[in-house]
Formats: sequence, C-alpha cells, structure tokens
Amino acid sequence: MDTMPKWADIVLIPVISLLLAAIISALVILAIGESPVTAFNLMVEGALMRSAGWGYTLYYATNFMFTGLAVSVAFHARLFNIGGEGQAMIGGLGAALVCLYIPWPHWSLALIGASLAAAMFGAVWAYLPAILQAKRGSHIVITTIMFNFIAAAVLNYVLVNILRPVGAMDPATAKFPEATHLPTFRDMFSTSETILFRGSPANVTFFVALAACVLVWFLIRRTVLGYEIRSFGFSESGAKYAGIHPAKITIIAMLISGALAGMMAVNTTMGEAERLILNSTEGAGFIGIAVALMGRNHPFGVFLAAILFGFLYQGGAELALWTKIPRELIIVIQALVIMFTGALDNMVRMPLEKLFFMIRKGGA
Amino acid sequence: MDFLSLFDLSVLDSTVRLAVPLLLACLAGLFSERAGIFDIGLEGKMLAAAFFSAAFAHVTGSVWLGLLAGIGASVSLSLLHGLASITFRGNQLISGVAINFLAAGLTVLIAQDWFSQGGRTPSLIGQGRFSPIELPFATTLKDTPLIGPLYHDLISGHSILVYVALLMVPATWWILYRTRFGLRLRAVGENPAAVDTAGVSVVSLRYAAVIICGVLCGIAGAYLATALQAGFVKDMTAGRGFIALAALIFAKWRPWHALSATLLFGYLQAIALRPDIIESAIGFTVQIQLLDALPYILTVVILAGFVGKAVPPRAGGEPYVKER
Repeated sequence: MDTMPKWADIVLIPVISLLLAAIISALVILAIGESPVTAFNLMVEGALMRSAGWGYTLYYATNFMFTGLAVSVAFHARLFNIGGEGQAMIGGLGAALVCLYIPWPHWSLALIGASLAAAMFGAVWAYLPAILQAKRGSHIVITTIMFNFIAAAVLNYVLVNILRPVGAMDPATAKFPEATHLPTFRDMFSTSETILFRGSPANVTFFVALAACVLVWFLIRRTVLGYEIRSFGFSESGAKYAGIHPAKITIIAMLISGALAGMMAVNTTMGEAERLILNSTEGAGFIGIAVALMGRNHPFGVFLAAILFGFLYQGGAELALWTKIPRELIIVIQALVIMFTGALDNMVRMPLEKLFFMIRKGGA
Repeated sequence: MDFLSLFDLSVLDSTVRLAVPLLLACLAGLFSERAGIFDIGLEGKMLAAAFFSAAFAHVTGSVWLGLLAGIGASVSLSLLHGLASITFRGNQLISGVAINFLAAGLTVLIAQDWFSQGGRTPSLIGQGRFSPIELPFATTLKDTPLIGPLYHDLISGHSILVYVALLMVPATWWILYRTRFGLRLRAVGENPAAVDTAGVSVVSLRYAAVIICGVLCGIAGAYLATALQAGFVKDMTAGRGFIALAALIFAKWRPWHALSATLLFGYLQAIALRPDIIESAIGFTVQIQLLDALPYILTVVILAGFVGKAVPPRAGGEPYVKER
C-alpha cells in the first residue's frame, strides 16, 4: 500500500519527529527555569558562528558519521548493532598499537595504517556477535550489549596493565610519535593573515568520514553485495529463495558495521587526543543509533544527522559553560530523537498516512 | 591458601545486598519478556527510580514516600515503553535504548535543577533511608555455634526491601505458573494470536506485564538509592540493568533460576570489592577487570548455546498486529 509520496516518507516524517523532539526539549529547558530561545541562540553562537565552533561541530560530526554509518549498514540487513561503542573502543586499541609501534615516515601513511587497523579491530569485535547470531541464533542486540561491557573491561585492563607508560598515573597510552599527528583544520585552512579553527580538534579524518559516506552509498546501492544485504534485510525467506546465504550476509554486514564503528577511533585517538585514553568514545557509538534513525539509513541522511548532532554536542558544551543547563541536556535530546524517529515512528506516520489517503481520495 | 575465606560471612552478606537490585530488575524483565515485550530499558527505569526515590525521601523525610515516587517514575517510563511498543507497534529495542538515555539525562538535569549539587541528591539521613531490620531472636541466637552467626549476620539485619525481593521469587513463580493471569501472560509471549482468539486482550495483558515490570524496577532503584546507599549519584545503576538482563538470559526466563543467577552475579560483584580475599584464597591476584566482565562473558557463553540453549519467549520483540 503506497499511500504516501516518497518525499513525505524521506523528509516530512523525520522533520516532524525532530520538531516533536525539539518542542519537548524546549519544555524541559523551560521547566528548569531557563529560556529555550536564549539557549538556542547560545548554541548557534557557540557552534556555528565562529570557525572554532565549527571545528568542534565537525569534529563531533566525524565521529557520528562513522558510528551512524555503522548502525545503518547493520540496519539494512535488519540487524541492530548496538555495540558500536565497544567496537570503537577496540578500534581505538588497533589505531593506538599501529601508531605506537610502527615508525611511520609520514602522517598520510600513518592515517591509512591506523584506519585499516582500527577497522580490522572493530570488525573483529563485531565478528563474534555476528557469528553467534548467524550460526547459533543468539540475539545480536544482547550479545553486542555484552560485548560493549567486555570491551570496556579489556580496554581498561590493557591500558592499566600493559600500555600505560612507566610512572604514569592515568590509564592511557604514551603520546603517539610526532610523525603520526594528523593535520588539523587549522593547519589546512589558515592563511598567514587569518587563523581559522583555532584550538579546535577537527582534522583530516573528517574527509575520511565523507569518503566513507560515499563508499557506503556505493556499496549499498550499486553493488551486488549491497543488494544482497538489503534484500536479506527486507525479507529473510525471500533472500534465501533467491540463493542468498543468510549466515554469510549477517557476518559480512556486521564486519562492515564493526569496521566503520572502529574507524571512528582514528578521529578521537590520532586526530584529537594523540594517545589512547580510557573514555575516548564518549558514547558516540550510541549516538550512531540516533544518527542512523534520523538519517533514514541513507548515507546522505547520516551525513546531515551527524552534522546536526555535532552541532548539538558543541552547542551543549557551550550551554554548560554559560548557563546552569548541564551537558546532560544533550543526552535528553538524543533520547527524544531516538524515541520519536525510532520507536514512535508509527505515531507520526499513521495520522500522516491517513491524511494523504484522504487528500488522494479527495483529488481522485 | 585459605579457600574458605572466599565464602566469608561478610562476603556472603554483601553478595545478598548486591544481588537484590539485580534480582528485582531481573524479575521485572522476566514479567515483561515473558509477555513478549523485550526490555533493554531496565537500566533507565532503575536509574529514574533511584533518583526520584532519593529526591522525594530527602524532601519529605519519609523513605516510603520516596519509594512511591520511585515506583511512579519507573512506571511512567514503562508506560512510555508500552505506548511505543504496544500501542504504536514500534521497535521495542530502540524504545528501550531511548528510555535508558532519557533517564540518564533527565535524572542529572533535574537533580542539578533541584539540588545544585552536581547531579546528585543530598545525603539521606534518619527516616529518609530504609534501615536494617533485626529478625526475631537474632541477638538471642547469636552465640549458637554455626546457625547463630549465619542467622544473625547473613539472614537478619537487612532492609525490608531485601526480604521483599526474596519473597518476590516464589510470588513470581506462583503468579506465572499457578494463576490464570500467569498462564495468559506466558501465552501472550509465545503465541499472542492464540490468546486473542480466546477472547483475551493482548494489549491489556502486555500493558499489565509492562506495568509490573515498572513497579519492580522502581523498587530496585529505590533500594539502590535509599537502602544500599544514602542518596542518588549520577549514573548510580552502573550497568546493573544490563547485568540483570544477562541474569535473565542466564536463568532462561525462569524465576527460581533468576534467584541463583543474580546471587552468582552478586557474588562476583561482592568478591570484586575484596581483592585481598581472592589473593589469600587462591594464591594469585585475579584482575578486577576480569571479574567485572565475567557476568557478560558467562552470558555470551550461555547465549552461544554451549551450556544448554537459552530460548527466549517466541513472540518476544514482535509487535502484535490484529488481523482485520
């Protein structure tokens, strides 16, 4: 039954869901005695009106593009990969090992090496839940949740007992060597007169994330594998009938998903901290869920949603700095976006479908 | 080597204390999932309940009003979950994720607004907390060998919520396996169409299950903030909702097994607090991280079906669409 035009499905529903989330967020801000208008202005001011603000916004957006793509590739195969957080943690381990123990001559080679390592480590961490789902029928949501916790324990152990430099107190690796430091937006875009993106962490990884968006689009829409992943997600029995191997597709989709989530760590470890710290993922793996839902599983949608969440993150930090509103407001907004675009989708969709149905009947 | 010290009374005592929130949340999840509603929002519901119980106990000075407020908060989130997953037939897992974030954010936001103490509530004192209960004859029997210390130190001297939680195990078993409601609840998780055909409302059964789940999560959260600890701190559930979920799978969705699973996981938490005991008992140090991860690792092993297969309720996670 095709009651709605395509644009309504792609644009109207997400926009309405977002508006609902925004209205409730505004009510929350009102309830704690602040003005939503002032808060919004502060967020725009801090995140979008200065180049340094954009530098943070795009830095966060880079993380969310990777994790959002990770969740969306799995969604295409109707798998809910909630383990992006753990995969990114382990991916960070891969990136750190490569940066610390291989003497790279130039940052560009280091970037390629670290990306591959992060992707591989992330994919390995997704492989076990994938194979348990494919071969033994264990529910992937539960196993990936468990693997998030196991990843945290593994990372904690490795950082505290193995990678921590002698005499250091905090659980983190040593600084990566100079040659692996990635050029930041400031290095790339500042001229001798005007310094842009001062002190902000956005770096060349942003372009890797853009490339990943394009590649994922190509993979999902233009290759046989992408077609197989989508048809498996659409109907498992149909895919089986067409000779698509369910176990194979499950595992491949999860490997790609884990690799993308793992690559996020390149941005946080190599690009920003220049070492691996305990909490470098900062929940970005979970924000990927909101980003994928918001972006309707399309790489371009994920790109837009990632920028939006980057803005929210940077804006939220500004809010915490200048008002009494704590950073946790962003978590509430994130929860509302997930709720409205994900779980309460039908609440928005059903009345709209009825509306369009009536318009059509009226027109015909 | 002192192997017996691993089962020291103080360790067993903290096992019980730490197992109680897991047990309550696990039974909460059991009701919900047996009715076919997956709930990964146990963590969020507990967290919300922990905050509201501590906040209300502090403001009113009565821990009982706190408990009510906690249950109220948790049930509201349950109803939200029900609205999303039963009424609007949305994705139950996504709804659960959203609820976890909602609770994590809102509790800190409101705590900061109400108390301005960096996302915590003021410490609870006096009537604001559940105090330990001395069971009858605990002091008189104290000097009896063996039974005396066991009764006095381990069984007696917990807060009332501990006994409530333990009583919930046979109660859950009785409701599920000995009442008409329980039979229908289990049926709605296996084959909702059959229940519908019999003229029983799938929607109201599932809502009932989700509300029971909310009440139990509420008690669990209130226990954390008003009995185990004296007040709410940010993220105080610390993954307990997920350990409870793990225990539920470990127990294969059965009440008595839920008790043993949560006692086991509670024991792992208790022993992780006492590295000195582990070292003296087995002669070498066990990494804390390993103990932390053990519940999750064990659950994955169970899920993998190497130690008996864990089969969830058949209609779990599927919204029920009545045929027209």
